[in-house]
Amino acid sequence: MPLPTLILTLLLLSIFAFWIGRKRAISVVGGDARKLHSQPVYYGHVTAIWCGLPAMILLLLWISFESNIVTSLVINDLPVEIREGNQEQLGLILNDVRNRASGNIASDEHQAVTQAAVDHYRQLISISNGLLVVCVLSLAILGIGLARRAITAEQRARVIVERVVNFLLMSSASIAILTTIGVVLSILFEAIQFFRLVPIGDFIFGLEWSPQIAIREDQEGSSGAFGMIPLFAGTMLIALIAMMVSVPIGILSAIYLSEYASKNFRATAKPLLEILAGIPTVVYGFFAALVVAPFIRDSGYSIGLDVSSESALAAGLVMGIMIIPFISSLSDDVINAVPQSLRDGSYGLGSTKSETILRIIVPAALPGIVGGVLLAVSRAIGETMIVVMAAGLSANLTANPLDAVTTVTVQIVTLLLGDQEFDSPKTLAAFALGLALITVTLVLNVIALRIVRKYREQYD
Amino acid sequence: MNEINIKVAVERGLKKRQARERRFRLIGKSAIFTGLGILALLLTSIIWNGMGAFWQTRIALDVEFDSSVIDPEGNRSTEALYKANYTALVKASLRKAFPDVKKRRDKRKLYSLISNGAGYELRDLVLQNPALIGQTQRIWLLADDDVDTYGKHFRDKEDKTGTRLNAKQIAWLATFEKSESIQQNFNTTFFTAGDSREPELAGIRGAVMGSLYTLLVTLALSFPIGIAAAVYLEEVAPTNRWTDFIEVNINNLAAVPSIVFGLLGLAMFINFFGMPRSVPLVGGLVLTLMTLPTIIISSRAALKAVPPSIREAALGLGASRTQTIFHHVVPQAMPGMLTGTIIGMAQALGETAPLLMIGMVAFIVDIPGGPLDPSTVLPVQIFLWADSPERAFLERTSAAIMVLLVFLILMNLIAVKLRRKFEQRW
Repeated sequence: MPLPTLILTLLLLSIFAFWIGRKRAISVVGGDARKLHSQPVYYGHVTAIWCGLPAMILLLLWISFESNIVTSLVINDLPVEIREGNQEQLGLILNDVRNRASGNIASDEHQAVTQAAVDHYRQLISISNGLLVVCVLSLAILGIGLARRAITAEQRARVIVERVVNFLLMSSASIAILTTIGVVLSILFEAIQFFRLVPIGDFIFGLEWSPQIAIREDQEGSSGAFGMIPLFAGTMLIALIAMMVSVPIGILSAIYLSEYASKNFRATAKPLLEILAGIPTVVYGFFAALVVAPFIRDSGYSIGLDVSSESALAAGLVMGIMIIPFISSLSDDVINAVPQSLRDGSYGLGSTKSETILRIIVPAALPGIVGGVLLAVSRAIGETMIVVMAAGLSANLTANPLDAVTTVTVQIVTLLLGDQEFDSPKTLAAFALGLALITVTLVLNVIALRIVRKYREQYD
Repeated sequence: MNEINIKVAVERGLKKRQARERRFRLIGKSAIFTGLGILALLLTSIIWNGMGAFWQTRIALDVEFDSSVIDPEGNRSTEALYKANYTALVKASLRKAFPDVKKRRDKRKLYSLISNGAGYELRDLVLQNPALIGQTQRIWLLADDDVDTYGKHFRDKEDKTGTRLNAKQIAWLATFEKSESIQQNFNTTFFTAGDSREPELAGIRGAVMGSLYTLLVTLALSFPIGIAAAVYLEEVAPTNRWTDFIEVNINNLAAVPSIVFGLLGLAMFINFFGMPRSVPLVGGLVLTLMTLPTIIISSRAALKAVPPSIREAALGLGASRTQTIFHHVVPQAMPGMLTGTIIGMAQALGETAPLLMIGMVAFIVDIPGGPLDPSTVLPVQIFLWADSPERAFLERTSAAIMVLLVFLILMNLIAVKLRRKFEQRW
């Protein structure tokens, strides 16, 4: 029975269980539902839960462990010389077996050896599938029977259902924690593997980045160089350019929108500006590579400057455009949070609107604005597609915005595009970079949130 | 005396101060118009570049459906018709149209005017209607992308540098034009085909379907989980360390760069759990983890907006807490939650970086038929095409961006409509 059919059957069984449970509850008290502890539907829910939940858990566990168990059984069945030979070879053979078992054409190299394994694999899978269906369905039916027998007038069905619901709610909320643990563990694990191959000091303080691994063992520089300083310098350069674009434009638009603009103007301009935030980053990347970079290069040539076609300036400018709405809406919020009494006091003393804004409102909103800018910096550092499409690949340690630089995220993408082997420092380096990236962005976020929160307490 | 002095001093400075006021106002206004101007520039440059992709050049040729080529054995079996060399028919009719082209190199140039896909078009025609065999018919065949680009950008210009056609090819095209056998039609291939190395045969259908399956997986997982988590945190959770810890985690996850979720997907789903590469299922899982914080945070805001009086009324009438939540609070908050979910989905639809990590960048011609088929998604397709040097691909990249933006605008409009329609003021 294919998986979707099985799940559908299980669902239908649960609906059936609901119906049985409710009917049983009513018949237990002779049709007078007032004598029950809970409303009849709750008895139906309890029965449905007993039918569906354990069976579903079994199904999930089965699916997650099936392939591992079957694979190890197939390996045990292979001839000894293959089983204890080259691990890579074994992996290839297993792939062949899997492909041929599912009817695909695979390489014919190990035809003789694998035919038996393919048959064995097929047989195991079909046994496993049959067993799964039998176990899951009988568990579901058993659940219905047990739950039905347990129904009495005194059974606190509503309480049971609510407990299960609360448990489900809590486990959903805990997925956030599982994700965090998953992020940290998976990245940390691979990063530690990397630091076994490359000393951590070389990684953090190294001034050279060239992750190419030599093909021959004796080739010079075969280990590559993994110093992250040039990458972070490039990231910072691009983020700095982005901030130089987005901070003035963003803050000034926020000031104009919240202090000067008429209601109508604000109602049209604000959503229009926010469209900039909704445009996918890959579109910005394309815009940077197609329009901005050639424009900068050509105008550089016309005044006699040598501009790289993948200049940091192009990527930074476009990234700045992307961040404008981010800064303007955050600043808008904090400027609106400045109490009206401060403005009134300033006007009462005879200052003009711009004087009030520059001398009273902006200083009062400054911590919030700084917090917003820090959040924007962390976003600029983590931004990927714009730099992948518009910034370069060569890790130059330079402060010249007209040169090509590369960033942390560009290198992660470049290292992981294509086939990865999880034992080469080249692949693992991406995870070490990822570790550095989340450390930096998390620290920035924590600082920013703390500043914003501290500021808010002042006026509430 | 003193009063007069102050008045004089204030009045002396007044003009300057008012000028400064006007200047500041102008600066503020120009900041906004810079932002809006850039938006306009971005959109127009994309529409300008992309409109062309919706038209495609076709050339009419008298094709002789030679039965000795298509069906030498004469049994009309589907297999034979399927496998026949239709490209030879195209070449033969080109030779017939220009009998004076004799040199081998010239012939090759001549053949390259028609797309490699023209053979498949003829095949489909013959399979549909085997009675064509033996006849000669005038048929509009797909032109090569170089011809297409020439017609769109170089034909009417004096300066023809940049075209990939040579003088002879241009002359042949002029002949076609004279006999009115070249024209531009609406480009249906773009919407019905998968990816291809040939720009004129490339379409976004595969990427759109991949995006659809990925989003379906994301929606199926993130909507229930996100809402359940929000309900738990806002309505059920006791205030203790565990709850605080969950909240801090969600806020931090919302700030993690999206590429990190790609690393997670690669290390955990693909390397550890052994899930297949390049499939929408894994893409959907990664995007679920990425969009969950967005959905949880906006759903919590929606729940917070439901006034306590509703809860108190329900509790006062004897409803249990769970009944209060699910019968009264959640239905009231549902429009807000749906809005948040749609915005989260829009974010997921435009996301590229994490999907690159889990291998959804492969070159995939087939249109995926389910969440377990290898596929790519629309933004990744844009990324892939943006790398191609052909001008025709540049056009298609912009057109694909337009399609993506249309989807995003639609989703956001639905979100806004939903909010307007069900927004309640308490």
